[in-house]
Amino acid sequence: MRGPRLARLVPSPRPAPPPPPAPGDVLAEAEQVRVRLGGRPVLDGVDVRVRAGEVLALVGPNGAGKSTLLGALAADVPAAEGVVRVHGRPATAWSAPELALRRAVLPQSASLSFPFAVEEVVRMGRAPWAGGDREGEDDAAVAEAMARTEVTGFAGRPFSALSGGERARVALARVLAQRAPLLLLDEPTAALDLRHQELVLRLCRERARAGDAVVVVLHDLALAAAYADRVAVLRSGRIAADGPPARVFAEGLLSEVYDHPVEVFPHPRTGALLVVPHRTP
Amino acid sequence: MTVLDDKPGQRPQAPAAPAPPRARRSTAWLLTAALAAGLLVLVPVAAGTGAYPVPVGDVLGSLLHRTGLGGTELDRVAESVLWNVRFPRIVLALLVGASLGCAGALMQGVFGNPLAEPGVIGVSSGAAVGAVGAIAFGSNFLGNWTVPAFAFGSGLVTVLVVYAMARSGGRTEVVTLILTGIAVNAFAGALIGLFLFFADTAAVNQITFWQLGSLAQATWPKVLAVLPCAALGLGLAPLYARRLDLLALGERPARHLGVDVERLRVVLVLVIALLTAAAVSVAGVIGFVGLVVPHLLRMAAGPRHRFLIPGSALLGALVLLAADLAARTVAEPAELPLGVLTALLGSPFFFWLLRRTRRRQGGWA
Repeated sequence: MRGPRLARLVPSPRPAPPPPPAPGDVLAEAEQVRVRLGGRPVLDGVDVRVRAGEVLALVGPNGAGKSTLLGALAADVPAAEGVVRVHGRPATAWSAPELALRRAVLPQSASLSFPFAVEEVVRMGRAPWAGGDREGEDDAAVAEAMARTEVTGFAGRPFSALSGGERARVALARVLAQRAPLLLLDEPTAALDLRHQELVLRLCRERARAGDAVVVVLHDLALAAAYADRVAVLRSGRIAADGPPARVFAEGLLSEVYDHPVEVFPHPRTGALLVVPHRTP
Repeated sequence: MTVLDDKPGQRPQAPAAPAPPRARRSTAWLLTAALAAGLLVLVPVAAGTGAYPVPVGDVLGSLLHRTGLGGTELDRVAESVLWNVRFPRIVLALLVGASLGCAGALMQGVFGNPLAEPGVIGVSSGAAVGAVGAIAFGSNFLGNWTVPAFAFGSGLVTVLVVYAMARSGGRTEVVTLILTGIAVNAFAGALIGLFLFFADTAAVNQITFWQLGSLAQATWPKVLAVLPCAALGLGLAPLYARRLDLLALGERPARHLGVDVERLRVVLVLVIALLTAAAVSVAGVIGFVGLVVPHLLRMAAGPRHRFLIPGSALLGALVLLAADLAARTVAEPAELPLGVLTALLGSPFFFWLLRRTRRRQGGWA
C-alpha cells in the first residue's frame, strides 16, 4: 500500500497521445457495469459501446442513470462490477494524464472558484498537451473552440460575470479545445436557447464526422432524433433500447419508459422524426 | 467552490469590462518588478532605521564590504547593530512574510475558496501547541532550535491528522476539511490553555508574547532554523501553479484535464504545512498576511497562479518587513507585537474587501 502511494509522488514521464482512431473503433465500452451510489443500484448491468465517427445520445427519465453511465465511461465513477474500457484498456489502468489525452468531459454544471477570464478558462482545456509536441496548436485550438461556440465576443470577461447559457458555452469551448478523440457531454444544451442548442448538436455532428466519438446526455428527444446516429434509452439503471433513432423511438417504448404518452411522427414537410409528449388541451 | 455559481441570471450587468488576459499578464510583470524594487529599497531603509540610526549609504557600504565588492567597514557598534540585530531580523521578516503569503495563496487554491487561510485548517494553532509546550515545560534538548522544532513537528502532525480525518472514500470534501480544521483549532486552543495553566509565571509571559507574534528575538540561528523549510516550500510551490489553475474548475474537471488531484492535495498540504509551521515557529501567530496578500494580487492581476504564487511571496515579504519596521519604530523605545499590528490593520481591510467584492462582483473575487 505504502510503496505505490509513494511512487505516485514521483512525476511519471509525459504520456504519448493516442493515434487518431479509425471509423468504427470502439473508444469506450461498458460491459455488464453495475454501480451503486448510497446503497442504491444506479446502474444495473449496462452494456454499451461508443464508436469513433458516431454521436451516441443517452436519454431517459430523471434518475435513470444517464449521468452515472457517462461518469463511468469518463472513469469518474468506479464500477462495482463489470468493466469499463477506454480506448481498449480498463479505465482504471489509465493514469489521469493519459486519460486526459483520450477523453474530454463536459460536466452538468460549470463552476469556477476564481474569476478567470473566459479565454483563460478555454485555454485550461489545453493543459493535457502542455510540454508535448502539439503544444504549438494551443492558440489555434483555443481560437477555434471559442469561435465555434460563439464566445469569442466576451473572451476578456471574467467567467463569473457570464449568464448561465454563456457559461455553458464557455465550458463546452474548453472541452472542444482539449481535442480528445472521445467527447462525453452531460446535458450540454440544458441552459441554452434554441439557436445555441442546434449549434451545439451541429458541433457534435461535425466532431463525429471528423472521426471522433461523441456521447451526449439529452433530455430533448427531438434533438436526439435529429442529430444522434444512435440512441440508448435508459430506464432505472438498465438499457431499455439501443439503436438508430428511427428504430428506438417507438411510441410504445417511450410512453412506457417515461410513464407518459408520447407521440412519434414524421415532420409533414421534411419527414424528420418528431417526438412530442401527448398533451391534453 | 460554489459561491460563484449561484443565481447567474440575476447578476446585475457585467462590471466595467476588466482588462483582457494579455493586459493582465503585463500587469503581472509590472507588479513583480515593482514588488522586487520595493524590497530593494525597503531592506536598506529598514536596516538603517531604529534606536541606533545608520545612514542608508553606510548600510549599503557595509553590505558591499561584507560581500567583498568594495564598500567600507563601519565602526564596531554600527557593524554589530547591523549584522547581529537588524539583518537577522530583516531576513527573518522576509522569510516569514514570503512563507505566509505563499502559504495563503496555495491554501486558497487547494480549497478553491478565496477565504481559506493557513489558520483555517489548524496548522497555525497546531504549530503553536508544540511551541507553547516546549516553552511551558522548559524543554531545551535541542538548544536554540527546541521551540522551532517542536512547533514544526506538531504543525506537521496537525495537518496530517486533519487531512486523514477529513478524507472519506478516498477523497477529501472541502467542507469536511474546513470543519475538521475548526475542531482541531478548538482542540489546539484547549491544549494551549492547559499548558498555560501548568506553566510558571515567566513561561506564561514568554508564551503570551510569542503568541502575539513578534520578530524581536531574531538571531542568525533562528534564520538558519527557518531557512531550509521556507526555501524548500517556496521553491516547490511554483511548480504546481498550472495544476492549481485547473483545480479552480473543480476536482472532477481538473482530473479530466489530467491532474492527479489526490496527489496534488497531498503535496500541497505538505508544502503549506512546511511554510506555515516554519513561519509560526519563529514568529508566533501572525495573521491576515496569508489572507489579504493573495487577495490584493488577485484583484490587481487576475487569479493565475503562475503569478499569484511568487507574487504573494514577494508581497508577503514586503508587507511583513514594513509591518515589522512599523512595529519597532512607531512606539519607540517600546515595541508593538507584530501579530497584533497585522491583525489590527488586516482585519478591517479584510472586512472592507469582502463587502466591496461582494457588491461589485456578485461573488468572492
